[in-house]
Amino acid sequence: MNVSVYLILASVLFVIGAVTVLVRRNSIVVFMGVELMLNAANLTFLAFSRMWGDFDGQLAAFFVMVVAAAEVVVGLAIIVSLFRTRRTVSVDDENLLRG
Amino acid sequence: MSALLWPAAPAPLAAPGAAVAAEAAIDIDWVVLSPVAIVLGAAIAATLIEAVASRKGAGRVAAQPGYLRVVQAGLALLAVAAAGLVALRLALRAGESIGLTGDGALVIDPMTLYLQLAVAACALIGLLVITDRTVQGEDAFAPQAAAVPGSEYEQRARRRGLSQTDVYPLVLFATGGMMLFPAAADLITMFVALEVLSLPLYLLSGMARHRRLLSGEASLKYFLLGAFGSAFFLFGAAWVYGATGSLRLSEIAGSVGSASGLDPILVVGLTLILVGLFFKVGAVPFHSWTPDVYQGAPTPITGFMAACTKIAAFGALLRVVYAVAPALSWDLKPVLWTVAIATMVVGTVVGLVQRDVKRLLAYSAIAHAGFIMTGVAAWSAEGLAGSLFYLFTYGVATIGGFGVIALVREVDAEGHIRAEATGLDQWRGLGKRSPVLAGAFALFLLSFAGIPLTSGFVAKFAVFEAAFGAGAAVLAIVGLACSAAAAFFYARVIVAMFFESAPQGEAAPLAGVGIGVRTLGLTQIAVGLSLAFTLALGLVPGWFWNFTRGLAQLLS
Repeated sequence: MNVSVYLILASVLFVIGAVTVLVRRNSIVVFMGVELMLNAANLTFLAFSRMWGDFDGQLAAFFVMVVAAAEVVVGLAIIVSLFRTRRTVSVDDENLLRG
Repeated sequence: MSALLWPAAPAPLAAPGAAVAAEAAIDIDWVVLSPVAIVLGAAIAATLIEAVASRKGAGRVAAQPGYLRVVQAGLALLAVAAAGLVALRLALRAGESIGLTGDGALVIDPMTLYLQLAVAACALIGLLVITDRTVQGEDAFAPQAAAVPGSEYEQRARRRGLSQTDVYPLVLFATGGMMLFPAAADLITMFVALEVLSLPLYLLSGMARHRRLLSGEASLKYFLLGAFGSAFFLFGAAWVYGATGSLRLSEIAGSVGSASGLDPILVVGLTLILVGLFFKVGAVPFHSWTPDVYQGAPTPITGFMAACTKIAAFGALLRVVYAVAPALSWDLKPVLWTVAIATMVVGTVVGLVQRDVKRLLAYSAIAHAGFIMTGVAAWSAEGLAGSLFYLFTYGVATIGGFGVIALVREVDAEGHIRAEATGLDQWRGLGKRSPVLAGAFALFLLSFAGIPLTSGFVAKFAVFEAAFGAGAAVLAIVGLACSAAAAFFYARVIVAMFFESAPQGEAAPLAGVGIGVRTLGLTQIAVGLSLAFTLALGLVPGWFWNFTRGLAQLLS
C-alpha cells in the first residue's frame, strides 16, 4: 500500500487531536487529544521509516511511547489532585488566574 | 563517582572480558558529557535518598528526618556547581575534544558549553532561593503536595510543621534536561530533553505552600499547553524525517538543497518544530500559558524556570535555526519575523495594564523573548552573539527579580508570614519599609528596561545592532519602540515603591501590605549575586561581550 495513505491518516488523527485540545472542556479528554497527536506523530515516523527503509523512525516511535507514558503519569497526577480539590475536571472552571 | 565520569584513557567502557561489545561500542566521550552526567546522576541519587530515608513516626503524616533537607539541598547545590565548573573548564579549553559524541546524538561545541554554564549558574542562584526558609522555618512549598487544600489532613501536616524535600530531585532533573536540550544533535534527543526538562516543571508549578488553588491551576495549564506544544514539535520532527530520511540535524542540513521535491514537506516540518519551541520560550501566539504559570507557581520555581527554561529553549531554537535552516532562510524568515514582532508588541502592550507584580514580570518575559528573537531572526554571527549575551543577562536578572518577590510578603497581626504580596498596590511605599529590597528590585527593573549602566542595556544594544546590521531594521525599530513603552511599566513599579505611600496609612502599618521578611539569608545572597552580575556586565561588558562574540565566530 502507498505510504501516502498512512500519512493522510496520521494527519487526520493529528488534526482531530489538536481540535480536541482546543474545543473540548474536560481536561481528561483534552489530554486524550494530546495523546492522539503523539500517536499521529508515531504513525508518521513509522510510515516514513518504511519509505526510507531505515530504522531510525521506528526507534523514534519507541522513544515517543516511553515519553508519552511518563507524561501520562505526571498529567494524571496533576488532574487527579485538582479533581480532589475542586470536584471537577472542566478546564472552564480553572479560572482563578486571568488578566 | 569521579572515576566513572573521568576515565583515565578514552572510553574503557567494555571490560576485557566483554570484548564482544567492542565492535558495536558506541563512542561516548564522558568527559565532555560530564556536566549533564553529574546533574542527572545527582538527580537519580537524590531520588534514591528520598526513597530510602526513614520517616519518623508511622501513619500518613510522618515527618522527615531533619538531616534530609540538608543532604538534599547540599547535594543539589554541589552537583549544579560542579557541573557549572566542569562546563566552564571545558569551555576555556574549547577546541579539544569538542564535537559530536554519543554516536552523533549530542553536539558539545562552544555554544553548548556556554549555554550549559549559563543554565548551571542560573540554576545555582535559583536553588539558593528554593532552599531558603523564613525565620518560622517555612519554605515555599506545600507541606504535603498531595493533600487536598483545606482538608483536615493538610491542617495536620501544617501543624506538625512538615516540609518535603522532593523538590530537589525534580529541580535536578529539570536542570539536567535544560543542559541536554541545547546539546541535542538529533531531533529525538531534543524531544527527550524537552520532556525531561518539562515534566518536573509541571509538577513543581503545583507545589506552592500558599494559594494552593492558583498553584494547582497553573500546573494544569502548564501541563496541557506544554504537552500540546511538545506534540507539535514531535509531529514536525516526523515530517522532517520524512523529507530528509534522517533525524540528525547535520544530515538534515546537508540534504536541504538536494531534496527539492520534498522541500514543502521540510518547510512544514521545520515550522511545526519551531512552533513547539515557540511554546517553550513563550513567544506570541503561543504564550498564553506564561502569565498564568508565572503567577501561580511558587515564586522560587517561577524564577528558576523563567531564567533556565528560556536559556535552554532558546539554545535549542538557535541550534535549529542556525544549524539546519540557513538554506531555507527565505522560507522561514517570515515566520521568525512575524513571531518576533508579535511577541514584542503583545508582551509590552498587555504588560502595561497588569496589576500583579508576578504577572507583570511574566509579560515582561514575553517581551524579552521577542527581543531575543530579534537577535535570532537577524541570522548573523552578531545576532547569535547578541542572543547568547542577552540570554545570560536576562536570566540572572530574572532570578534576582523573583528572589525579591519571594521576600516581599504579607504579614498578619500575629507576625506570622503569609503568602507573597504580589499586588502592585501592596508594593506602594516598599521603598520606606524595606529600602534595600526595593532598591535591588528597582535595579533589576532598570536592567529589564535597558537603561545604560545595567546589563540589560548592553544586551538590547547588541541584539538591535545585529538586527540593523543584518538588514532587519524593521525588527530593530519595533524593538526600540517596545523597549520605550515597556520602560513605562517598569517605571510605574519604581514610582509605586518609592514615591507613593502605603494604602492604609499608619493605623495598621503591616496589614495587607508587602514587607521584606527575615529568612535564613540564602535569598538575599542570591539577590546579591544577581545584582553583582547585572551591574558588572553593565559597567564593564567588554570581556563578556568579546567572549560571546568569540563563541559565535567559532560557530559560523
